Amino acid sequence: MRALVAPVAGAVGFVLLWQLAVWARIADPILLPPPAEAFAETWHAFAAGTLAHDTWRTVERTGLAFLIASAIGVPLGVALGAAERLYRGVEFVVDFFRSTPASALFPLFLILFGPGEGTKIAVAAFGAALVILFNAAYGVINARRTRVLAARIMGATAPRILVDVLIWEALPQILVGMRSGISLALVIVVVAEMFIGSTDGLGHRVINAQMLFESGLMYGVIFVAGALGYLLNLGFLLLEKRFVHWSGR
Amino acid sequence: MTPRETAIAIRGLRKAFGGQPVYSGFDLDVKRGDILGIFGPNGCGKSTLINMAAGLLPKDGGEILYDGREVSEIRVGYVFQNYREALFPWRRAADNIRYPLRRMGLPKAQVEARLTALAERFRVRFDLNRYPYELSGGQQQLVSIMRALAVEPEVLFLDEPFSALDFETTLALRDLLQRVLKDLGITTLLVSHDLEESIVLSDRLLMLTRRPTTVADDVPIVLPWPRAAAALASPDFMALKARCLDVFQRAVAA
Repeated sequence: MRALVAPVAGAVGFVLLWQLAVWARIADPILLPPPAEAFAETWHAFAAGTLAHDTWRTVERTGLAFLIASAIGVPLGVALGAAERLYRGVEFVVDFFRSTPASALFPLFLILFGPGEGTKIAVAAFGAALVILFNAAYGVINARRTRVLAARIMGATAPRILVDVLIWEALPQILVGMRSGISLALVIVVVAEMFIGSTDGLGHRVINAQMLFESGLMYGVIFVAGALGYLLNLGFLLLEKRFVHWSGR
Repeated sequence: MTPRETAIAIRGLRKAFGGQPVYSGFDLDVKRGDILGIFGPNGCGKSTLINMAAGLLPKDGGEILYDGREVSEIRVGYVFQNYREALFPWRRAADNIRYPLRRMGLPKAQVEARLTALAERFRVRFDLNRYPYELSGGQQQLVSIMRALAVEPEVLFLDEPFSALDFETTLALRDLLQRVLKDLGITTLLVSHDLEESIVLSDRLLMLTRRPTTVADDVPIVLPWPRAAAALASPDFMALKARCLDVFQRAVAA
């Protein structure tokens, strides 16, 4: 309970600051509506079901992109990590595209996947897959040498060592990669929803609200997107604690 | 030694690191059932020797044969210095011990029988269904030792097994280990950087020189078993220790 005091106080402080800024008329009320108005407009949008639908669409796209990214990134990363010399060969390419802003890839993916759902999910999956792959590979490469030797001396063959030791050793790092991956996927999906012919999703909603001067709603949708990112991150942290119980001990 | 009595025969062993020879034509015979202590200055290649013998490190030349067989053809046990990095923390202690037995393809009933027998032999009083990180350092290293002995190895390798433990735990574990090793008559290679420990646990102590490594002295330790903590104060022990210390100091100075 006491752990909640500080974050709640911080959030309340933030809203207060916002209200103060409104009272002080720091900006035009059309650009900066009072928090109560933003809350009411967001609540109405949820009650009408439209914002819930937009949120769900974003979750769906992010989830799908993340699943594709994990299905490719984890096995490929583990395999590359186990063949370290091979990984050193592709490391530059992985690093390069990992550092490339995913938004710069939109035009290319538009050509490949067309202006529909495919492109949004593919770009997000591509960005997330590289992060996941990179982390999985490093998890395997940094596996404790002693454990590998211990397994070998106990009669484990190379494939058995991969399954019984390397994957477990890499698991904490794999989950870190997945956590970063899902956050990145959310970022890319929201941007894609803004600019690539969308009719729904949080990105679409936020830019629509801006263009229609529904500034209260615009702020609300930003916070919904923020809450989504925060919860995804938190969920993964809990998963890590649960499944990597030995980490750091 | 007659050939039947020889458990390990090392002939013309060669190993170099980055062009620097560590072993150049090293010979050694170890008697069946003996505990051979290996002691020497830092970097003289003690661990290198047992890692090559255990097949964990390739040798540049020469041969290490166990009754005429390669290491890959015999059952071995290995206890690492750092139990934290050697045990599998994602498996419970008991599953760590079961692991090599499962790799051998032993049926479930036999695996359980061996686990029970080991727990009895080592008088385990803690819960083996805990995860390694829930156990004390001494308990973790005991689990490592049990895991190494589970396969009933023909040769056991101990690489500074107690160096990460406190003195009290070391004494207790040392007593337990010497009793079990002598009961089972397992041929053992022990690397230690503690002279006292090397003498207490060995039938024979090999004192190595600096690189390129040769044998500075080969000391038979004829003290009665079991060697309790009280044995550390006996005149025979003191004499042996004085001799070894003298050899060591000359080996380091040379």
